[in-house]
Amino acid sequence: MAAQQNRLHKWLISGPPLAYLIVFFAIPVLIMVLASFRNPGEFGGLAPLLNDESGSREIDLTTESYGRFFGDFLYTELFLKSLAYAGVTTLACLLIAYPLAMLIARSSKRHRDLLVLLVILPFWSNFLIRVYAWMIILGPQSVFVSALNHIVGWFGLAPLTLLYTPFAVIIGLVYVHLPFMVLPLYANLEKHDPALLDAAQDLGANAWRRFWRVTFPLSLPGVYAGAALVFIPALGIFAIPDILGGTEGIMIGNVIKQQFLDTRDWPFGSVLSMVLTVLAIVLAGAAAWIAKRART
Amino acid sequence: MPLLEIRNVTRRFGTFAAVDQVSLNIEAGEFFTLLGPSGCGKTTLLRMIAGFDVPDGGSIVLDGKDMVGIPPEARNVHTVFQSYALFPHMNVEQNVAFPLKMANVDPARIAQRVEETLEDVRLTGMGKRYPNELSGGQKQRVAVARALINRPKLLLLDEPLAALDAKLKESVQLELIALQKEIGITFVYVTHDQSEALALSHRIAVMNQGRVEQVDEPSKIYGFPKNRFVADFISQCNLLDGQIKACSGERMTVALSGIGDVVAINMEGDAPGLKGALALRPEKVAIGRDLPADAEANCFTGKVHDLLYLGDVTIYIVELANGMRIEALLPNSAAGRTKFFEAGDEVQIAWRHDAGHFLND
Repeated sequence: MAAQQNRLHKWLISGPPLAYLIVFFAIPVLIMVLASFRNPGEFGGLAPLLNDESGSREIDLTTESYGRFFGDFLYTELFLKSLAYAGVTTLACLLIAYPLAMLIARSSKRHRDLLVLLVILPFWSNFLIRVYAWMIILGPQSVFVSALNHIVGWFGLAPLTLLYTPFAVIIGLVYVHLPFMVLPLYANLEKHDPALLDAAQDLGANAWRRFWRVTFPLSLPGVYAGAALVFIPALGIFAIPDILGGTEGIMIGNVIKQQFLDTRDWPFGSVLSMVLTVLAIVLAGAAAWIAKRART
Repeated sequence: MPLLEIRNVTRRFGTFAAVDQVSLNIEAGEFFTLLGPSGCGKTTLLRMIAGFDVPDGGSIVLDGKDMVGIPPEARNVHTVFQSYALFPHMNVEQNVAFPLKMANVDPARIAQRVEETLEDVRLTGMGKRYPNELSGGQKQRVAVARALINRPKLLLLDEPLAALDAKLKESVQLELIALQKEIGITFVYVTHDQSEALALSHRIAVMNQGRVEQVDEPSKIYGFPKNRFVADFISQCNLLDGQIKACSGERMTVALSGIGDVVAINMEGDAPGLKGALALRPEKVAIGRDLPADAEANCFTGKVHDLLYLGDVTIYIVELANGMRIEALLPNSAAGRTKFFEAGDEVQIAWRHDAGHFLND
């Protein structure tokens, strides 16, 4: 009786999140898997599943879109490039966010809430508007770029172009994803017992060793969480390369968007999405595995 | 020359002096305790010895060397923290090896020292466990092992038994005494628990409001407290206000307000007219229905006002005719008898002239 009730409680508690995952993750992924094996419709979308024309009424499935993906190295190259952008973004976010999170975690309780508020403040304005703002900042007319080129001029170098380059894409990616790195790091660092640092110092560790032997290892769960929250969305993003990247800076997300909205080849778009999803799951799984091994 | 000399050390927070002109000499090999209520400055003083805090005045001299300005990591002084502060991401071995690693000791030598030290604190075979897999007593031993492994000149212990339950405390106290004797390192121990201080220490400094009230052996602190604060803070004590009426040799007559004249011993050559209090431990006060007559004793009659039954002993609060209350302690020695008297019983109390001593104000 008690065991039964216990099981009921478990289902009641895990039911809503499970339903959420089924509706918003499992079903869409299943639809995508199916779509990736179908033929494109004549005017976009998907061709009917039952092929009536031939009169045979057989189910019309194909692996043609997968063949196209693996047949052309261009797409693999785009994936590698996107992985590299997301990787550089994650690293840059970590390097910027760590000192910031540490500063917030170690400032007085009164200031902490204000500083956290400042970190999430950008969310209050629209994402696209913020990225367009970077278009202006990095554009050739901006005070920043002309000042930079003035300095570059002293060294006898040609003026730099920043907008519509991979550099601009990385800047945009880092800017947009930074809070997602700061918040989990802060949440972790804030919980550290200050007595541990006192103990390390008391036992002979200088500031450098206190960081690398105590603070950093204890913050690894925060690092992994932040890295996942930055890397995975950055991998599939299309808005930022669209606005800041020009032709040189496109990522896999742009190509997927093109397949659905411009080329109207839904099956091929689904194939690319599938590869992206599998890649993200594999990488997240690998990171979790490494994190678990590092702890034991 | 003492191992540690604390000379006129003062530490102020704003206008509040947490430690006020404290001077102490601690000898090599000593188990020295700083005892006082919370906020008395004992922890601030400990943090200054460790180097986490800097005195506003005075000096701290360790082994002939002034420590002021030397950071904690460069001092040959280690601390056992109240929370133990074990590194949660390191196992017992790694925790204990930490100070040696920081001193860049050869790895083979580290492994050997870790093994020896774990043996010293009876943790052999526990090296691979993580702090969250240890009991409170084991954590405490790891913290002590980690602080002792590279043989500091001084080991500071900040209320290391506060987190342990009462039953465990006694055995841990015995262990600490044995360990300190065996390795011979000087311990400076901070506690607010007077029974812990009495049990462990060679000498105790009783602190109050940033100042040292008395430095003495435990038996002197208990038996001959120097002032009202020490008498009151250490265990139970009757403090009976009064004035010296007459002195003759080693005896004096004290007029206790609300009680009457009593005879007491005069150890410090006090003169008539001095005001103060007679400090009288409850176990020195005899209580009975019909006490045998004793010319040496001060004897009064009263009524049991209230009592505290503590198992081995009972504390009786006896109210005298004029409302003054005196505590008397009596072992519940007779078999099967829970206590001798009940509230409301008429009793006699008596104490010998040398049972208490007079504290000058």
